[in-house]
Amino acid sequence: MPGFDSPAAAAVVLDKGGLDGLIAGLGAGGFRVIGPTVSGDAVVYDDITSVKDLPAGWGDEQQGGRYRLVKRQDGALFGYTAGAQGWKRHLYPPRQTLFTARRKDKGYEVLPPPPAPPPMAFIGVRACELAAMAVHDRVFGDKTAPEPGYQRRRAAAFVVAVECGQAGGTCFCASMGTGPEVTAGFDIKLVELPARGVFVATAGSSAGADMLARLKVAAATEADKAEAARRVAGARPAKIMDTAQARGLQAKAEHSRWDEVAKRCLTCGNCTMVCPTCFCSSVEDSTDLKGETSERTRTWDSCFSIDFSYIHGGAVRTQARSRYRQWITHKLSAWHDQFGGSGCVGCGRCITWCPVGIDITEEVAAIAASDQGR
Amino acid sequence: MAERKKPKLAVWKFSSCDGCQLSLIDCEDELLALTEEVRISYFLEATRKVEKGPYDVSLVEGSVTTPHDIKRIREVRKMSKVLVTIGACATSGGIQALRNFKNVKDFTRYVYAHPEYIDTLTTSTAISDHVAVDFELRGCPISKHQLLEVLNATLNGRRPNIPRHSECIECKRKGVVCRMVATGTACMGPVVQAGCGTLCPGMDRGCYGCFGPMETPNTASLAAHFKELGKDPRDIMRLFRSYNANAEAFRQESESHG
Repeated sequence: MPGFDSPAAAAVVLDKGGLDGLIAGLGAGGFRVIGPTVSGDAVVYDDITSVKDLPAGWGDEQQGGRYRLVKRQDGALFGYTAGAQGWKRHLYPPRQTLFTARRKDKGYEVLPPPPAPPPMAFIGVRACELAAMAVHDRVFGDKTAPEPGYQRRRAAAFVVAVECGQAGGTCFCASMGTGPEVTAGFDIKLVELPARGVFVATAGSSAGADMLARLKVAAATEADKAEAARRVAGARPAKIMDTAQARGLQAKAEHSRWDEVAKRCLTCGNCTMVCPTCFCSSVEDSTDLKGETSERTRTWDSCFSIDFSYIHGGAVRTQARSRYRQWITHKLSAWHDQFGGSGCVGCGRCITWCPVGIDITEEVAAIAASDQGR
Repeated sequence: MAERKKPKLAVWKFSSCDGCQLSLIDCEDELLALTEEVRISYFLEATRKVEKGPYDVSLVEGSVTTPHDIKRIREVRKMSKVLVTIGACATSGGIQALRNFKNVKDFTRYVYAHPEYIDTLTTSTAISDHVAVDFELRGCPISKHQLLEVLNATLNGRRPNIPRHSECIECKRKGVVCRMVATGTACMGPVVQAGCGTLCPGMDRGCYGCFGPMETPNTASLAAHFKELGKDPRDIMRLFRSYNANAEAFRQESESHG
């Protein structure tokens, strides 16, 4: 993502062969190319080497606690909505070694880190996912607690965004102001026109323009651009989150709805794992058997686990209601105070992948509906 | 570093299938390294050579099912500085705790030609129901990685990195797509403690609950969801009544569907 310096680049049209050339070109340029592919009955973002790996003809149906792949008739490569997990697992991996140290004399020495892995190219990043990256840029760019690993991976990443052609069953990006239009934060933006098997492409950076210049493309006509614009117009989600109500959550700490949702909440942590902005982690120290070398590791953790809030004397949030409240209130309300914006990008993953289908938008509406619990 | 004294390790068996202590032998590559750090003083599955107690660390496998077991576990406790129970039997009573829901006399009559020779308790219970336990390692069987981690942490005087959260977190970290959400398969994962390495979900199966209840299991909510997935009360009862049937949260849930 080396700077977004040419937003007014001219749109071009490329076919599936051109997209294949883009994937191959990125691979040849030293990038580890990651894109959507079907695995484990869902679309996941994993290593790809050609358009053949993309989920051709696959769409999805999503609702609370339910995800199903469905066949599409138009053979679209990007006809699904949000994948099972976002790009977080690539930019902020579930398990990261922070450092390794070895005993030396009466102290210890920190061993040099392993060589940095190759930069990543992301194919098929949606508007909400670009917004999630922007949230993490703020979180991990925080001056008091910068996250150099994230910053390094992010700065090196090449982003190929794809604008949604339809809304998912659980997403609500329009309410959060994060989509469905892709407006910034990409090297190349694609709009798929499945009926013709082509893509309207626009460069968002000089690196993106350089890549496009190397591919076999045609200039986009006004008709192509109009068709591309119609695609995204049909992608506005039906689901709505009232952001003013969401922001007011922290004033409703004693609302009886917290007890209601706690009856359903499994405190399993799935919502936080699939959330593209949840960043909480725990740090573990481990040793070899002899106690000669030790390693400090960071792993994804969740505000739904008891150990996460364990401090001297015990865990802070022992009840399910307080843990659910912590998550949603931080995400939607306190996040504004901490990072200057909402922590929710409206991707809907927490709704789809909650085993019992708890819907964050419904909870906000229910809590806002009555004035109790202040 | 000054040479540290090798702690004495003992491995004990109560009512069990031996699978958990086999995990220690299954450590293979790490086993030799481990024997350099501990003195295996009592481990009948591996060697007849035994050393007298007391022992620094005792690993206890199996549940308490006979009057003799009760007497013996008290002796083991007295001889052990640190006592770690390993596996579903030792931590909850195991699959043999299915007896707790029925009349044991009926079982002995069906199974043994001379039931009058059988001297057994009416229940199968966890070791911690009888003596103080320093650490419980879950699983049916336990994970050898977790076993090594507990021994390693004990040797190095640090806290073992053994999570108490749900299996779901392990699946998500690993990138395993949720079987229940994506395919409608009933899965115990949300109420089960992580640690197995996503064995079943990774092979397109729902979690069977080998690692027992997670820290705060909401079994009622999951059972209600199983019903929505089309499971009848008998199916639901059986999902909760398996290797960890006698673990409090699972026992209560299974009884409400019986």
